[in-house]
Amino acid sequence: MIDRNDPYFWADLLDTILKGTGETFYTVGLSLLFTVIFGLATGVLLVATEAGGLLSKLFGSRALGFFVNRVLDVVVNIGRSVPFIILMILLIPFTRLLTGSFIGPTAAIVPLTIAGIPFFARLVEIGIREVPVGLVEAAQSLGATRWTILTKVMVAEAVPALALGLSTTVVGLIGYSAMVGAVGGGGLGDVAFRYGYQRYSPEYMFGVVILLVLLVQVFQSLGNFAARRLSHR
Amino acid sequence: MIPATTGSTMISVSRVSKTYGSGAAAVRALDDVSLSVSRGEIFGVVGQSGAGKSTLIRTINSLERPDSGSVLVDGREMTTLSGAELRAARHNIGMIFQHFNLLSSRTVQANVELSLEITGAGRPARRARALEILELVGLHGKAQAYPAQLSGGQKQRVGIARALASSPSVLLSDEATSALDPETTRQILDLIRELSKDLGLTVLLITHEMDVVKRICDSAAVMSGGRILEQGPVDQLLTTEKSLLGQALFPLGEIPETSSAVVEITFNGVTTDRPVIAQLARKHGIDVGILGAAVETIHGRQTGRTRLELPGDELTVAGAVEDLRSQGLFVEVIK
Repeated sequence: MIDRNDPYFWADLLDTILKGTGETFYTVGLSLLFTVIFGLATGVLLVATEAGGLLSKLFGSRALGFFVNRVLDVVVNIGRSVPFIILMILLIPFTRLLTGSFIGPTAAIVPLTIAGIPFFARLVEIGIREVPVGLVEAAQSLGATRWTILTKVMVAEAVPALALGLSTTVVGLIGYSAMVGAVGGGGLGDVAFRYGYQRYSPEYMFGVVILLVLLVQVFQSLGNFAARRLSHR
Repeated sequence: MIPATTGSTMISVSRVSKTYGSGAAAVRALDDVSLSVSRGEIFGVVGQSGAGKSTLIRTINSLERPDSGSVLVDGREMTTLSGAELRAARHNIGMIFQHFNLLSSRTVQANVELSLEITGAGRPARRARALEILELVGLHGKAQAYPAQLSGGQKQRVGIARALASSPSVLLSDEATSALDPETTRQILDLIRELSKDLGLTVLLITHEMDVVKRICDSAAVMSGGRILEQGPVDQLLTTEKSLLGQALFPLGEIPETSSAVVEITFNGVTTDRPVIAQLARKHGIDVGILGAAVETIHGRQTGRTRLELPGDELTVAGAVEDLRSQGLFVEVIK
């Protein structure tokens, strides 16, 4: 139990929560970076390698295109279906291999990224599927390369949907990061668990919850705003 | 850039077939199709939806690969091209679409520039060419607008500008006016005709609207069930007996019950200012009845068909028909 009458109580609370917020930003920020890079690639490949898609004959081989498409689909489904708390535990050896530890904000990046990639990939897939096929055909008729079509048509036209997907992913990652925090990943989840739950402090608990609510609001609004500004439909 | 060799062949499709699916579900979209489009002309392929027109036009720039046959564009065999060669060949073949297919994320100017980014032009050259071609299609001042802010006709103008930015010698039009209202359709067709003349462009268009053929086509083909039923210069087809195109362009409806002779006259611009029917009545003393008429003035030429009832004895009727033919009119005696 924390002594609420301690003269440094509120100063400590502010300190702890700020430090936790910093860690959450660090963990979520880096996970988001990797998630966007790999999730975007995965989402684009999911659409492009399906039958009749732009990369259905990957490196000239229809079999390879089909294989990549099936593998990605199954892997993404697995990533989406394993509960995050289990995924986190399953990934401990891998996390230790990559970061040297499985505790702390840096180690938390690994399970967050692994959970984020399939999540974002599906959102990318949905966004890119909404790009009318006629646009791809028009670019082909102009003699565009497949790379040009992927980047300047499919991804470029999906940007408003990607912005929304991105904000949804940020919100999801903030939620997951709180879960990682509870088992030693640092950040706001760690503060809520150790101070709020284990040491029965409603002030810490509510402080963290209010902050999380604010963060989610801000990021979701930013995403909506960006999507509106980027869309010219 | 007027082609020196007007009349020579620009697009030559020979014995092209394409089947979708297999077994009982197989659909023969193209069945031994041959077609020849001369340099600088506007060639229209008409037919109902499902006739194979769309598949046909897509084989020209190899968006669709035929199962067999050959497609020559400007002397280059398209069916065997791939990779960089195919892309280079496509720079010479512009295409416009029914639903315009513009990038919503790009401004009008950037949409046109896409075509030039693909051909590898530098930024200043792209900008200059885009503005020049936008001026040409009548979109001056719209360069910074987004497609969503434009009307259908303006969007198709952007489509045309994008297709022509890389200075191709062929323009393919896939039902380009089918989503537009009649007035806008007319304007877009006039623009295509104008550009074709000014740039020496060969145009192959597909449409289900007969008006398009009437308005701008030099030659036409009628397609049905994956086959070409007839093709040739429009004025020749009109004066061909039992021509499908003639009947489709200028429909006269059912032939009514009558004891008199019935003839059909095809006007083809030669008799614009001569009162043919009045003269016929006066000169031969026939009480001419008009059973049906579909005549329009297109580009200052009177074009169309009239079905007349000619009462009287055989000799009078024969004399009248002879007279009409001697005036250079195409006359079919129906009964």
